[in-house]
Amino acid sequence: MSMLTAVPPPTEAPGTRAEITISHGRSVPVPLLFLGRAFRTLWSNGKARIGLCIVGLFILVAIIAPLIAPHSPTATTFTPYSSPNGTNLFGTTGNGQDVFSQMLYGARVSLLVGLSAGLLATFVAVTIGLIAGYRPGPVDEVLSFITNLALVIPAIPLMIILAAYLPNRSVWTIVFVVAFTSWATGARVMRSQASTLRSREFVTSAVFSGERLGRVVFREILPNMTSLVASSFFSAATAAVMAEASLEFLGLGNPNTVSWGTILYYAQQQNALLTGQWVLVFAPGLAIAMLAVSFTLINFGVDALSNPRLREK
Amino acid sequence: MSADRAATARPDGARRTGADVPALVLNGVTKTYRVRGRNRKLVTAVDDVSFTVAPGAAVGLVGASGSGKTTLARMIAGSQRPSYGTIDFGQLAVHRLHTRGLRRYHHRVQMVFQDPYGALNPLHTVEYTIARPCQNFLGMSARQAQARVHELLETVGLTPPAQFAAKLPHQLSGGQRQRVVIARALACDPDLIVADEPVSMLDVSLRAGVLRLLAKLRAERGLSLLYITHDLLSARVVTDEILVLNGGRIVEQGPTKRVLQHPKDDYTIRLLDAVANPYAIAAAAPSIDTTAASTP
Amino acid sequence: MALLSASGVNVVYQPSRGQRISAVRDVDLSLEQGEFVGLVGESGCGKSTLGFALTRMLRPPARLERGQIIFDGVDVSSLDGEELRRRRRNGFALVLQSGMNALNPVRTVGRHFGDILKAHAEPGEKHSAAAVRERGTELLGKVHLDPDVLSRFPHELSGGMRQRVSIALALSLEPQLIVFDEPTTALDVIVQGAVMQTIKELQREHKFTALLISHDLGVVLESTDRVLVMYAGRIVEDQPSRDLLTGPHHPYTEALLSCYGDPRADEVQLGEIPGSPPDLSLSEPGCPFTPRCPLAEEVCHTVDPPLTILGRGRAACHVRAPLVSVESGAAHVR
Repeated sequence: MSMLTAVPPPTEAPGTRAEITISHGRSVPVPLLFLGRAFRTLWSNGKARIGLCIVGLFILVAIIAPLIAPHSPTATTFTPYSSPNGTNLFGTTGNGQDVFSQMLYGARVSLLVGLSAGLLATFVAVTIGLIAGYRPGPVDEVLSFITNLALVIPAIPLMIILAAYLPNRSVWTIVFVVAFTSWATGARVMRSQASTLRSREFVTSAVFSGERLGRVVFREILPNMTSLVASSFFSAATAAVMAEASLEFLGLGNPNTVSWGTILYYAQQQNALLTGQWVLVFAPGLAIAMLAVSFTLINFGVDALSNPRLREK
Repeated sequence: MSADRAATARPDGARRTGADVPALVLNGVTKTYRVRGRNRKLVTAVDDVSFTVAPGAAVGLVGASGSGKTTLARMIAGSQRPSYGTIDFGQLAVHRLHTRGLRRYHHRVQMVFQDPYGALNPLHTVEYTIARPCQNFLGMSARQAQARVHELLETVGLTPPAQFAAKLPHQLSGGQRQRVVIARALACDPDLIVADEPVSMLDVSLRAGVLRLLAKLRAERGLSLLYITHDLLSARVVTDEILVLNGGRIVEQGPTKRVLQHPKDDYTIRLLDAVANPYAIAAAAPSIDTTAASTP
Repeated sequence: MALLSASGVNVVYQPSRGQRISAVRDVDLSLEQGEFVGLVGESGCGKSTLGFALTRMLRPPARLERGQIIFDGVDVSSLDGEELRRRRRNGFALVLQSGMNALNPVRTVGRHFGDILKAHAEPGEKHSAAAVRERGTELLGKVHLDPDVLSRFPHELSGGMRQRVSIALALSLEPQLIVFDEPTTALDVIVQGAVMQTIKELQREHKFTALLISHDLGVVLESTDRVLVMYAGRIVEDQPSRDLLTGPHHPYTEALLSCYGDPRADEVQLGEIPGSPPDLSLSEPGCPFTPRCPLAEEVCHTVDPPLTILGRGRAACHVRAPLVSVESGAAHVR
């Protein structure tokens, strides 16, 4: 392997030899290493770095919420409707719960819904987009029709109907509903990208090199779509964070979970603005916006993911 | 020729000897398709083309754009099917092949594309690109493939191979990329290489090098070559036999030198006149020493 | 007096911070009234960039770093906005490689003529639909196209026809200088010849000055009076076409010529230039052609040769055009 280290790939600073071995070896790359490289690529973009920091902060808060939350988020032991004070940093709800603790715990739900709905929507989008893009003809036409249909159905009303009629209301219902309504945009973009890539000469060359279908799709086409996949993921995650809050706010979630959406829901129910408790609206609103913005910021850095030339800079 | 072939180590043992290398035989190949649009006109892209590429031969297929040469190349590559007619390569009826059969066919017939920028996946190293056919067709292990990649890189003149093996396409110049594409085509030790305008996107200063490489490989490995181009000069340099294609039909064919020196068809003459040739002007002027700067 | 004379032209690309590509380096050139000049070089030698710089068409990240461009007695390198726009009328025009990309796909050819005439109209000058039609018909006739092309959209035309439309559009403002940037490269071989023929005819008839930028020395030698050879951002040779063909000065030109041949000849031997051009983001001492040069001497590695008068032209080479006195000002001719 000594000869490989002599010429490190341009993407990395010297010293990342594990990565070199992987890109060199013909085994499927270890996902963790792939993620690591993707992370470094994103990190090199200024805006994406800010986004990553914010998301990182939220994730940290979500994980250590039990350690840093001063009170239980569900305990109704405080004076209701109190303004921010020493004990309750953000005041309390009409039920006498500590809003600050609720905010910390709420990060869990928002992140969980955002990331998992994003993942699910992206997975559906990639699958449908790849198949449609790689198999022109009837398969593509059917899948494109379904995609277009999903695109023109207004998402929020559909979400509301789905959420209202699905039997058990849990966070996972929301994940499913959000994923179901937001895969189509991504699928359409993936389809056109896959069909462009399919006709590229390097894909034809891969077929000439004896590559089988799976390998052509997953090693030749998909890696060239990494930035699209990532951008689709972050867009879907942004939409999911917003949609989750909207559904909770409309009372279509489970009112017993603690999330930023439910804080808003109760704030509205209990006329927080009339009682002067602006923190109840402001804090979850800001948190939701921050999370959405941070995903969008990360999106600025994804272009470099499947363009080795951009990665060099 | 057979001595040359023996000299080249065949990684898969004595799979083939000179005698059982098949010829590529096209018989009455025709391709028609309907144009999209209001009138849905029937267009004949390739019209009743028949020819043979004998083992070890170098055949040029020349024509301007729209002459049907690209469609013909696609049919020979197996990515399109003729509407009528047959394409046979030994036992393989190329015009009928499906996924499996095509894979067997590609083991023996490889393609070099026009655009060295597009023919390489920007995310794969040179080594990966060349190693894949070795593993897929020759059943080599990763280690064996690596050794073969280095050997192939030397063959196409990318030395030191270790240095080039680790590079990504964008770190190479156009000429170097085209050499990588050729190395990949050679990797599975094919019998026939179909080269579709392999030098038309390269700078003139690099053309001769790539053409010389193709000629050398043909001589050393007994490869047959089907060279598709609009450029008669490069066809003259690498081919023995030439077919001139116009409007999907073969309008003239014969030994390259004879056809180019004594063209009979009007279209061939027009193609000849289209070759940007400073020496045609020089012919009127006093003689000049044109060979002074040519490298050996 | 020369129609256009440029001196000390330097163009840099700065695509991102810390990156700096010197695409054109200290170029001096002049174009005489009515002259047909070729500008030849391999991909990435800066020839198109120079063409853009001369017509003031550079866009970021490229910029004219230094240099003076005198066109028709006016220093155009410092003009901007309105004045520059006015200079384009009876001034200079640019014809690009791809006629398709230069034309707006949703406008008919006739609308293109209307747009260009209106955009450059003198104050008070009116262009009625009939006048535009008449002018368009006349210009299309010059490039051998039917008047009914006026009502067609770019996608309805073949590549050759689109390029002819681009040329007709360039002619519409009666420029004194037209820069053709690879006008036939994207076209089919046979169409190429016909389009070049038209360009030559027009040049002879209208007596405009033409600069033909091409990677193909063959095409350039067939049509131009004088050829400038560019290598690594510099002009390395400048000679009348016939002289260049029969007696190239610079070893690069000589090697480039050897890459061509006659397919009809009894014996065809094609030359090549091993190696590749230098990276223009680096600034290394010496003549940039040294690593590929068969004649390189010691001095070539350290001193960049200036463009020196040699015969009826100029060349930048220590071996072929040795300097008597090291006075770089001697490099200016014309």
